[in-house]
Amino acid sequence: MNAPAQVKNHATKISVRSLDFYYGGTRALKTISLPLHTHKVTAFIGPSGCGKSTLLRVLNRMYDLYPGQRAEGEVLLDGENILDPAIDLNALRARVGMIFQKPTPFPMSIYENVAFGIRLYERLSRADMDARVEEALRGAAIWDEVKDKLQASGLGLSGGQQQRLCIARSVAVQPEVILFDEPCSALDPISTAKVEELIEELSSRYTIAIVTHNMQQAVRVSDYTAFMYLGELVEFGDTDDVFNRPREKRTQDYITGRFG
Amino acid sequence: MTEHIVKSYDRDLEALGRRISEMGGVAEKMLSEAMDALSSLDVELAKKVVATDIRLDTLQREIEEASVLTIARRQPLAIDLRECISAIRISGDIERIGDLAKNIAKRTLKIASEARLPRAIVGLKSMHEIAATQLKDALDAYALRDEERARAVWSNDADLDALEDSVFRDLLTFMMEDPRNISFCTHLLFCSKNLERIGDHTTNIAETVVYLVTGEAMPVERPKSRPSSLGADGEASQ
Repeated sequence: MNAPAQVKNHATKISVRSLDFYYGGTRALKTISLPLHTHKVTAFIGPSGCGKSTLLRVLNRMYDLYPGQRAEGEVLLDGENILDPAIDLNALRARVGMIFQKPTPFPMSIYENVAFGIRLYERLSRADMDARVEEALRGAAIWDEVKDKLQASGLGLSGGQQQRLCIARSVAVQPEVILFDEPCSALDPISTAKVEELIEELSSRYTIAIVTHNMQQAVRVSDYTAFMYLGELVEFGDTDDVFNRPREKRTQDYITGRFG
Repeated sequence: MTEHIVKSYDRDLEALGRRISEMGGVAEKMLSEAMDALSSLDVELAKKVVATDIRLDTLQREIEEASVLTIARRQPLAIDLRECISAIRISGDIERIGDLAKNIAKRTLKIASEARLPRAIVGLKSMHEIAATQLKDALDAYALRDEERARAVWSNDADLDALEDSVFRDLLTFMMEDPRNISFCTHLLFCSKNLERIGDHTTNIAETVVYLVTGEAMPVERPKSRPSSLGADGEASQ
Protein backbone atom coordinates (compact mmCIF):
# COMPACT_ATOMS: atom_id res chain seq x y z
CA MET A 1 0.00 0.00 0.00
CA ASN A 2 1.36 3.33 -0.91
CA ALA A 3 -1.62 5.63 -0.57
CA PRO A 4 -1.31 8.27 2.13
CA ALA A 5 -2.47 6.45 5.22
CA GLN A 6 -5.75 7.25 6.86
CA VAL A 7 -5.00 8.16 10.43
CA LYS A 8 -6.43 10.38 13.10
CA ASN A 9 -6.88 14.02 12.38
CA HIS A 10 -3.59 15.57 13.26
CA ALA A 11 -2.03 18.60 11.66
CA THR A 12 0.62 17.63 9.15
CA LYS A 13 4.05 19.20 9.50
CA ILE A 14 5.71 17.43 6.64
CA SER A 15 3.91 15.79 3.78
CA VAL A 16 5.93 13.41 1.63
CA ARG A 17 4.27 12.93 -1.73
CA SER A 18 5.23 10.38 -4.37
CA LEU A 19 8.86 10.61 -3.44
CA ASP A 20 11.44 8.74 -5.48
CA PHE A 21 15.11 8.78 -4.66
CA TYR A 22 18.09 7.72 -6.71
CA TYR A 23 21.67 6.91 -5.83
CA GLY A 24 23.00 7.31 -9.34
CA GLY A 25 21.03 4.73 -11.30
CA THR A 26 19.69 2.89 -8.25
CA ARG A 27 16.18 3.71 -7.16
CA ALA A 28 16.34 3.65 -3.36
CA LEU A 29 12.89 5.04 -2.61
CA LYS A 30 9.84 4.03 -4.61
CA THR A 31 6.97 6.50 -4.68
CA ILE A 32 6.78 7.11 -0.96
CA SER A 33 3.84 9.09 0.41
CA LEU A 34 3.24 9.71 4.08
CA PRO A 35 2.71 12.51 6.58
CA LEU A 36 4.74 13.56 9.61
CA HIS A 37 2.23 14.87 12.08
CA THR A 38 2.89 18.02 14.05
CA HIS A 39 4.36 17.44 17.50
CA LYS A 40 4.16 13.70 17.08
CA VAL A 41 6.89 11.09 16.90
CA THR A 42 7.00 9.00 13.74
CA ALA A 43 9.21 5.91 13.74
CA PHE A 44 10.71 4.40 10.60
CA ILE A 45 11.47 0.71 10.82
CA GLY A 46 12.62 -1.87 8.32
CA PRO A 47 15.61 -4.08 7.54
CA SER A 48 18.94 -2.56 6.56
CA GLY A 49 18.83 -1.08 3.10
CA CYS A 50 15.07 -0.53 3.11
CA GLY A 51 15.48 3.19 2.56
CA LYS A 52 14.49 4.54 5.94
CA SER A 53 17.71 6.48 6.52
CA THR A 54 17.59 7.65 2.92
CA LEU A 55 14.14 9.04 3.52
CA LEU A 56 15.35 10.82 6.64
CA ARG A 57 18.22 12.33 4.67
CA VAL A 58 15.77 13.71 2.13
CA LEU A 59 13.79 15.53 4.80
CA ASN A 60 16.59 18.04 5.36
CA ARG A 61 18.24 17.66 1.96
CA MET A 62 21.31 16.06 3.52
CA TYR A 63 21.75 14.13 0.28
CA ASP A 64 22.57 17.40 -1.50
CA LEU A 65 26.07 17.10 -0.07
CA TYR A 66 26.69 14.12 -2.32
CA PRO A 67 26.88 14.24 -6.10
CA GLY A 68 24.82 11.79 -8.10
CA GLN A 69 21.98 11.60 -5.58
CA ARG A 70 18.64 13.07 -6.47
CA ALA A 71 15.06 13.11 -5.27
CA GLU A 72 11.87 13.35 -7.30
CA GLY A 73 8.41 14.10 -6.03
CA GLU A 74 7.43 16.52 -3.31
CA VAL A 75 8.28 17.00 0.34
CA LEU A 76 6.11 19.75 1.74
CA LEU A 77 7.23 21.42 4.97
CA ASP A 78 4.30 23.55 6.06
CA GLY A 79 3.14 23.40 2.48
CA GLU A 80 6.44 24.50 0.96
CA ASN A 81 8.28 22.05 -1.28
CA ILE A 82 11.74 21.62 0.20
CA LEU A 83 12.96 19.74 -2.87
CA ASP A 84 12.72 23.03 -4.75
CA PRO A 85 16.31 23.86 -5.89
CA ALA A 86 15.73 27.49 -4.92
CA ILE A 87 15.21 26.71 -1.27
CA ASP A 88 17.74 28.08 1.25
CA LEU A 89 19.44 24.94 2.56
CA ASN A 90 20.93 26.58 5.64
CA ALA A 91 17.54 27.88 6.67
CA LEU A 92 16.02 24.46 5.94
CA ARG A 93 18.57 22.62 8.06
CA ALA A 94 17.98 25.05 10.89
CA ARG A 95 14.28 24.22 10.73
CA VAL A 96 14.91 20.50 10.33
CA GLY A 97 17.67 19.32 12.66
CA MET A 98 19.29 15.91 12.61
CA ILE A 99 20.83 13.62 15.22
CA PHE A 100 23.06 10.81 14.00
CA GLN A 101 23.76 7.27 15.02
CA LYS A 102 27.11 8.11 16.55
CA PRO A 103 27.38 11.21 18.67
CA THR A 104 29.20 13.91 16.70
CA PRO A 105 30.41 16.51 19.18
CA PHE A 106 32.84 19.05 17.77
CA PRO A 107 36.34 19.10 19.27
CA MET A 108 35.55 22.20 21.28
CA SER A 109 34.06 23.09 24.64
CA ILE A 110 30.62 21.98 25.68
CA TYR A 111 29.48 25.59 25.58
CA GLU A 112 30.92 26.16 22.11
CA ASN A 113 29.39 22.95 20.79
CA VAL A 114 25.99 24.49 21.41
CA ALA A 115 26.84 28.13 20.63
CA PHE A 116 28.52 27.22 17.37
CA GLY A 117 25.29 26.33 15.61
CA ILE A 118 23.47 29.36 16.92
CA ARG A 119 26.17 31.68 15.58
CA LEU A 120 25.61 30.34 12.08
CA TYR A 121 22.14 31.78 12.09
CA GLU A 122 21.96 34.53 14.69
CA ARG A 123 24.00 37.26 16.34
CA LEU A 124 23.30 37.20 20.04
CA SER A 125 24.71 39.22 22.90
CA ARG A 126 26.89 37.37 25.39
CA ALA A 127 24.06 37.24 27.92
CA ASP A 128 21.49 36.14 25.37
CA MET A 129 23.87 33.49 24.10
CA ASP A 130 24.46 32.20 27.66
CA ALA A 131 20.73 32.00 28.19
CA ARG A 132 20.17 30.22 24.89
CA VAL A 133 22.93 27.69 25.55
CA GLU A 134 21.53 26.95 29.00
CA GLU A 135 18.03 26.59 27.61
CA ALA A 136 19.25 24.17 24.96
CA LEU A 137 21.26 22.11 27.45
CA ARG A 138 18.28 22.00 29.79
CA GLY A 139 16.04 21.05 26.89
CA ALA A 140 18.35 18.15 26.15
CA ALA A 141 18.29 17.07 29.81
CA ILE A 142 22.03 17.39 30.23
CA TRP A 143 22.34 20.79 31.97
CA ASP A 144 22.68 19.41 35.48
CA GLU A 145 25.52 17.16 34.37
CA VAL A 146 27.58 19.82 32.56
CA LYS A 147 26.68 23.18 34.11
CA ASP A 148 29.89 23.22 36.18
CA LYS A 149 32.16 22.34 33.27
CA LEU A 150 30.83 24.23 30.31
CA GLN A 151 34.35 25.06 29.17
CA ALA A 152 35.49 21.44 29.25
CA SER A 153 35.79 19.61 25.95
CA GLY A 154 32.65 17.99 24.59
CA LEU A 155 34.78 14.98 23.70
CA GLY A 156 35.33 14.26 27.41
CA LEU A 157 31.68 13.36 27.94
CA SER A 158 30.31 9.82 27.95
CA GLY A 159 28.65 8.52 24.81
CA GLY A 160 25.16 9.13 26.17
CA GLN A 161 26.08 12.62 27.29
CA GLN A 162 27.66 13.34 23.92
CA GLN A 163 24.44 12.31 22.21
CA ARG A 164 22.41 14.58 24.43
CA LEU A 165 24.92 17.36 23.77
CA CYS A 166 24.25 16.87 20.05
CA ILE A 167 20.54 17.06 20.75
CA ALA A 168 21.16 20.31 22.64
CA ARG A 169 23.11 21.62 19.65
CA SER A 170 20.19 20.75 17.44
CA VAL A 171 17.60 22.23 19.78
CA ALA A 172 19.64 25.43 20.22
CA VAL A 173 18.83 26.71 16.75
CA GLN A 174 15.15 26.33 17.56
CA PRO A 175 14.18 23.86 14.86
CA GLU A 176 10.65 22.76 14.07
CA VAL A 177 11.48 19.18 13.16
CA ILE A 178 14.16 16.89 14.60
CA LEU A 179 15.30 13.79 12.74
CA PHE A 180 16.91 11.01 14.74
CA ASP A 181 18.90 8.43 12.80
CA GLU A 182 19.34 5.49 15.17
CA PRO A 183 20.23 7.80 18.04
CA CYS A 184 20.65 5.03 20.61
CA SER A 185 22.36 2.25 18.72
CA ALA A 186 25.74 3.14 20.23
CA LEU A 187 24.42 3.81 23.73
CA ASP A 188 24.04 1.66 26.83
CA PRO A 189 20.53 0.96 28.21
CA ILE A 190 20.64 3.79 30.74
CA SER A 191 21.72 6.38 28.20
CA THR A 192 19.16 4.95 25.82
CA ALA A 193 16.43 5.39 28.41
CA LYS A 194 17.49 9.01 28.93
CA VAL A 195 17.40 9.75 25.21
CA GLU A 196 14.00 8.07 24.89
CA GLU A 197 12.69 10.09 27.81
CA LEU A 198 14.07 13.16 26.09
CA ILE A 199 12.40 12.33 22.78
CA GLU A 200 9.09 12.09 24.57
CA GLU A 201 9.63 15.52 26.14
CA LEU A 202 10.82 17.06 22.90
CA SER A 203 7.73 15.86 21.08
CA SER A 204 5.64 18.43 22.92
CA ARG A 205 7.57 21.15 21.09
CA TYR A 206 8.95 19.53 17.97
CA THR A 207 7.85 17.21 15.22
CA ILE A 208 10.06 14.15 15.41
CA ALA A 209 11.08 11.39 13.05
CA ILE A 210 13.22 8.53 14.28
CA VAL A 211 14.87 5.69 12.42
CA THR A 212 15.47 2.71 14.67
CA HIS A 213 16.36 -0.95 14.40
CA ASN A 214 15.06 -1.50 17.89
CA MET A 215 11.43 -2.52 17.58
CA GLN A 216 10.72 -2.07 21.26
CA GLN A 217 12.10 1.42 21.04
CA ALA A 218 9.75 2.26 18.19
CA VAL A 219 6.85 0.97 20.27
CA ARG A 220 7.95 3.00 23.28
CA VAL A 221 8.68 6.36 21.73
CA SER A 222 6.53 6.76 18.64
CA ASP A 223 2.95 7.76 17.90
CA TYR A 224 3.10 6.61 14.30
CA THR A 225 5.16 3.94 12.62
CA ALA A 226 6.17 3.48 9.02
CA PHE A 227 7.44 0.07 7.95
CA MET A 228 9.62 0.17 4.86
CA TYR A 229 10.99 -2.65 2.77
CA LEU A 230 13.17 -2.54 -0.35
CA GLY A 231 12.51 1.15 -0.87
CA GLU A 232 8.76 0.84 -0.49
CA LEU A 233 6.49 2.04 2.25
CA VAL A 234 4.72 -1.19 3.22
CA GLU A 235 2.60 0.10 6.05
CA PHE A 236 2.03 3.35 7.88
CA GLY A 237 -0.30 3.89 10.81
CA ASP A 238 -0.79 4.32 14.52
CA THR A 239 2.11 2.66 16.32
CA ASP A 240 -0.33 0.63 18.44
CA ASP A 241 -2.00 -0.73 15.33
CA VAL A 242 1.19 -1.44 13.43
CA PHE A 243 2.67 -3.42 16.30
CA ASN A 244 -0.50 -5.10 17.57
CA ARG A 245 -2.59 -5.57 14.48
CA PRO A 246 -0.43 -5.00 11.42
CA ARG A 247 -2.45 -5.01 8.21
CA GLU A 248 0.35 -6.37 6.04
CA LYS A 249 1.85 -9.82 6.38
CA ARG A 250 5.30 -8.42 5.61
CA THR A 251 4.97 -6.05 8.57
CA GLN A 252 3.89 -8.84 10.87
CA ASP A 253 6.74 -11.09 9.70
CA TYR A 254 9.28 -8.33 10.24
CA ILE A 255 8.21 -7.14 13.67
CA THR A 256 7.84 -10.67 14.98
CA GLY A 257 11.25 -11.76 13.70
CA ARG A 258 10.02 -14.05 10.94
CA PHE A 259 11.70 -12.41 7.97
CA GLY A 260 13.33 -14.99 5.74
CA MET B 1 2.76 -18.97 9.71
CA THR B 2 6.31 -18.38 8.60
CA GLU B 3 8.91 -19.59 11.05
CA HIS B 4 10.86 -17.30 13.32
CA ILE B 5 14.47 -16.63 12.46
CA VAL B 6 15.22 -17.86 15.97
CA LYS B 7 14.00 -21.46 15.93
CA SER B 8 13.80 -21.86 19.69
CA TYR B 9 11.22 -19.04 19.70
CA ASP B 10 8.90 -21.24 17.61
CA ARG B 11 9.53 -24.14 19.94
CA ASP B 12 8.62 -22.00 22.97
CA LEU B 13 5.32 -20.95 21.43
CA GLU B 14 4.52 -24.47 20.22
CA ALA B 15 5.17 -25.80 23.70
CA LEU B 16 2.67 -23.28 25.07
CA GLY B 17 0.04 -24.44 22.60
CA ARG B 18 0.67 -28.08 23.43
CA ARG B 19 0.26 -27.49 27.14
CA ILE B 20 -3.03 -25.66 26.54
CA SER B 21 -4.26 -28.62 24.49
CA GLU B 22 -3.27 -30.97 27.27
CA MET B 23 -5.10 -28.85 29.84
CA GLY B 24 -8.15 -28.76 27.60
CA GLY B 25 -8.13 -32.55 27.29
CA VAL B 26 -7.83 -33.00 31.05
CA ALA B 27 -10.68 -30.56 31.70
CA GLU B 28 -12.95 -32.20 29.13
CA LYS B 29 -12.35 -35.58 30.69
CA MET B 30 -12.95 -34.23 34.20
CA LEU B 31 -16.22 -32.71 33.13
CA SER B 32 -17.57 -35.80 31.42
CA GLU B 33 -16.46 -38.07 34.26
CA ALA B 34 -17.96 -35.71 36.83
CA MET B 35 -21.28 -35.91 35.03
CA ASP B 36 -21.02 -39.71 34.66
CA ALA B 37 -20.31 -39.95 38.36
CA LEU B 38 -23.30 -37.74 39.11
CA SER B 39 -25.78 -39.67 36.98
CA SER B 40 -24.63 -43.08 38.18
CA LEU B 41 -23.76 -41.81 41.68
CA ASP B 42 -20.37 -43.43 41.27
CA VAL B 43 -18.32 -42.47 44.31
CA GLU B 44 -15.05 -43.90 43.03
CA LEU B 45 -15.27 -42.00 39.76
CA ALA B 46 -16.15 -38.79 41.61
CA LYS B 47 -13.09 -39.21 43.81
CA LYS B 48 -10.96 -39.70 40.76
CA VAL B 49 -12.25 -36.42 39.27
CA VAL B 50 -11.45 -34.57 42.49
CA ALA B 51 -7.94 -36.00 42.46
CA THR B 52 -7.32 -35.02 38.83
CA ASP B 53 -7.77 -31.32 39.48
CA ILE B 54 -4.22 -30.92 40.78
CA ARG B 55 -2.96 -31.78 37.29
CA LEU B 56 -4.75 -28.73 35.87
CA ASP B 57 -3.39 -26.48 38.59
CA THR B 58 0.14 -27.65 37.83
CA LEU B 59 -0.27 -27.20 34.09
CA GLN B 60 -1.73 -23.74 34.55
CA ARG B 61 1.22 -22.68 36.64
CA GLU B 62 3.64 -24.07 34.07
CA ILE B 63 1.88 -22.21 31.27
CA GLU B 64 1.94 -18.95 33.18
CA GLU B 65 5.62 -19.30 33.93
CA ALA B 66 6.47 -20.24 30.36
CA SER B 67 4.46 -17.29 29.01
CA VAL B 68 6.08 -14.79 31.36
CA LEU B 69 9.49 -16.20 30.49
CA THR B 70 8.80 -15.91 26.77
CA ILE B 71 7.64 -12.31 27.18
CA ALA B 72 10.76 -11.46 29.16
CA ARG B 73 13.12 -13.32 26.86
CA ARG B 74 11.72 -12.51 23.41
CA GLN B 75 9.73 -9.30 23.83
CA PRO B 76 7.06 -10.68 21.54
CA LEU B 77 4.97 -8.37 19.36
CA ALA B 78 1.68 -8.65 17.51
CA ILE B 79 0.59 -12.29 17.01
CA ASP B 80 3.40 -13.60 19.21
CA LEU B 81 2.45 -11.33 22.10
CA ARG B 82 -1.16 -12.39 21.70
CA GLU B 83 -0.05 -16.05 21.81
CA CYS B 84 1.50 -15.49 25.22
CA ILE B 85 -1.36 -13.42 26.61
CA SER B 86 -3.93 -15.88 25.24
CA ALA B 87 -2.11 -18.83 26.79
CA ILE B 88 -2.26 -17.14 30.19
CA ARG B 89 -5.93 -16.29 29.81
CA ILE B 90 -7.08 -19.62 28.40
CA SER B 91 -5.14 -21.66 30.95
CA GLY B 92 -6.88 -19.60 33.65
CA ASP B 93 -10.30 -20.36 32.19
CA ILE B 94 -9.56 -24.07 31.80
CA GLU B 95 -8.31 -24.23 35.36
CA ARG B 96 -11.59 -22.71 36.55
CA ILE B 97 -13.56 -25.17 34.42
CA GLY B 98 -11.63 -27.93 36.19
CA ASP B 99 -12.56 -26.43 39.57
CA LEU B 100 -16.23 -26.36 38.63
CA ALA B 101 -16.14 -29.97 37.40
CA LYS B 102 -14.40 -30.94 40.63
CA ASN B 103 -17.17 -29.18 42.54
CA ILE B 104 -19.79 -31.29 40.76
CA ALA B 105 -17.82 -34.39 41.74
CA LYS B 106 -17.63 -33.25 45.37
CA ARG B 107 -21.38 -32.72 45.46
CA THR B 108 -21.83 -36.19 44.01
CA LEU B 109 -19.90 -37.56 46.98
CA LYS B 110 -22.29 -35.76 49.31
CA ILE B 111 -25.55 -36.84 47.70
CA ALA B 112 -24.55 -40.38 46.71
CA SER B 113 -26.02 -41.87 49.89
CA GLU B 114 -29.32 -40.01 49.77
CA ALA B 115 -29.96 -40.50 46.10
CA ARG B 116 -33.50 -39.99 44.91
CA LEU B 117 -35.41 -38.69 41.93
CA PRO B 118 -33.27 -39.75 38.93
CA ARG B 119 -35.39 -37.61 36.61
CA ALA B 120 -34.09 -34.50 38.37
CA ILE B 121 -30.73 -35.14 36.74
CA VAL B 122 -32.06 -35.28 33.17
CA GLY B 123 -31.95 -31.50 32.71
CA LEU B 124 -28.40 -31.38 33.98
CA LYS B 125 -27.40 -33.97 31.42
CA SER B 126 -28.76 -31.78 28.65
CA MET B 127 -26.83 -28.83 30.04
CA HIS B 128 -23.73 -30.97 30.12
CA GLU B 129 -24.18 -31.97 26.47
CA ILE B 130 -24.24 -28.34 25.41
CA ALA B 131 -21.41 -27.35 27.76
CA ALA B 132 -19.21 -30.23 26.57
CA THR B 133 -19.84 -29.48 22.90
CA GLN B 134 -19.14 -25.82 23.46
CA LEU B 135 -15.93 -26.59 25.31
CA LYS B 136 -14.78 -28.94 22.59
CA ASP B 137 -15.54 -26.35 19.91
CA ALA B 138 -13.72 -23.62 21.85
CA LEU B 139 -10.65 -25.81 22.29
CA ASP B 140 -10.76 -26.83 18.62
CA ALA B 141 -11.08 -23.17 17.65
CA TYR B 142 -7.94 -22.48 19.69
CA ALA B 143 -6.01 -25.39 18.19
CA LEU B 144 -7.01 -24.47 14.63
CA ARG B 145 -6.96 -20.68 15.13
CA ASP B 146 -10.51 -20.80 13.79
CA GLU B 147 -12.17 -17.43 14.31
CA GLU B 148 -15.55 -18.50 12.88
CA ARG B 149 -15.86 -21.45 15.20
CA ALA B 150 -14.90 -19.27 18.15
CA ARG B 151 -17.56 -16.72 17.26
CA ALA B 152 -20.15 -19.52 17.03
CA VAL B 153 -19.25 -20.70 20.54
CA TRP B 154 -19.59 -17.15 21.74
CA SER B 155 -23.12 -16.84 20.31
CA ASN B 156 -24.28 -20.29 21.40
CA ASP B 157 -23.73 -19.72 25.09
CA ALA B 158 -27.21 -18.20 25.31
CA ASP B 159 -28.65 -21.73 24.83
CA LEU B 160 -26.93 -22.92 27.96
CA ASP B 161 -28.19 -19.93 29.93
CA ALA B 162 -31.74 -20.64 28.78
CA LEU B 163 -31.47 -24.28 29.72
CA GLU B 164 -30.19 -23.41 33.17
CA ASP B 165 -33.27 -21.30 33.61
CA SER B 166 -35.57 -24.23 32.90
CA VAL B 167 -33.52 -26.63 35.04
CA PHE B 168 -33.89 -24.16 37.86
CA ARG B 169 -37.68 -24.20 37.52
CA ASP B 170 -37.80 -28.00 37.41
CA LEU B 171 -35.69 -28.39 40.52
CA LEU B 172 -37.76 -25.78 42.30
CA THR B 173 -40.89 -27.75 41.45
CA PHE B 174 -39.39 -30.98 42.80
CA MET B 175 -38.51 -29.22 46.02
CA MET B 176 -42.01 -27.84 46.42
CA GLU B 177 -43.55 -31.20 45.71
CA ASP B 178 -41.67 -32.90 48.52
CA PRO B 179 -39.49 -31.15 51.11
CA ARG B 180 -37.39 -34.31 51.39
CA ASN B 181 -36.07 -33.46 47.92
CA ILE B 182 -34.71 -30.14 49.06
CA SER B 183 -31.21 -31.16 50.12
CA PHE B 184 -30.66 -33.32 47.05
CA CYS B 185 -32.06 -30.76 44.64
CA THR B 186 -30.12 -27.91 46.21
CA HIS B 187 -26.90 -29.73 45.35
CA LEU B 188 -28.20 -30.23 41.83
CA LEU B 189 -29.01 -26.53 41.63
CA PHE B 190 -25.40 -25.73 42.39
CA CYS B 191 -24.32 -28.29 39.81
CA SER B 192 -26.44 -26.59 37.16
CA LYS B 193 -24.93 -23.28 38.15
CA ASN B 194 -21.50 -24.86 37.78
CA LEU B 195 -22.36 -26.03 34.28
CA GLU B 196 -23.58 -22.57 33.41
CA ARG B 197 -20.33 -21.11 34.72
CA ILE B 198 -18.36 -23.62 32.69
CA GLY B 199 -20.21 -22.23 29.69
CA ASP B 200 -19.08 -18.73 30.66
CA HIS B 201 -15.44 -19.76 30.89
CA THR B 202 -15.80 -21.57 27.58
CA THR B 203 -17.12 -18.34 26.11
CA ASN B 204 -14.11 -16.53 27.54
CA ILE B 205 -11.88 -19.00 25.75
CA ALA B 206 -13.75 -18.32 22.51
CA GLU B 207 -13.33 -14.58 23.03
CA THR B 208 -9.63 -15.06 23.60
CA VAL B 209 -9.34 -17.09 20.39
CA VAL B 210 -10.95 -14.26 18.41
CA TYR B 211 -8.52 -11.82 20.04
CA LEU B 212 -5.63 -14.15 19.29
CA VAL B 213 -6.50 -14.47 15.62
CA THR B 214 -7.65 -10.93 14.86
CA GLY B 215 -6.16 -8.69 17.53
CA GLU B 216 -9.66 -7.34 18.11
CA ALA B 217 -11.59 -7.65 21.35
CA MET B 218 -15.14 -9.04 21.30
CA PRO B 219 -17.96 -6.77 22.51
CA VAL B 220 -18.32 -6.71 26.29
CA GLU B 221 -21.97 -7.77 26.13
CA ARG B 222 -22.92 -11.20 24.87
CA PRO B 223 -26.28 -11.93 23.26
CA LYS B 224 -28.83 -13.16 25.81
CA SER B 225 -31.65 -15.47 24.81
CA ARG B 226 -34.07 -13.66 27.06
CA PRO B 227 -33.99 -11.80 30.35
CA SER B 228 -33.48 -14.22 33.18
CA SER B 229 -36.52 -14.43 35.40
CA LEU B 230 -34.28 -15.50 38.24
CA GLY B 231 -32.40 -12.29 38.44
CA ALA B 232 -29.67 -14.21 40.20
CA ASP B 233 -26.29 -14.08 38.55
CA GLY B 234 -24.32 -15.21 41.52
CA GLU B 235 -20.90 -16.77 41.67
CA ALA B 236 -20.39 -20.47 41.36
CA SER B 237 -20.28 -22.11 44.72
CA GLN B 238 -17.06 -23.63 45.83
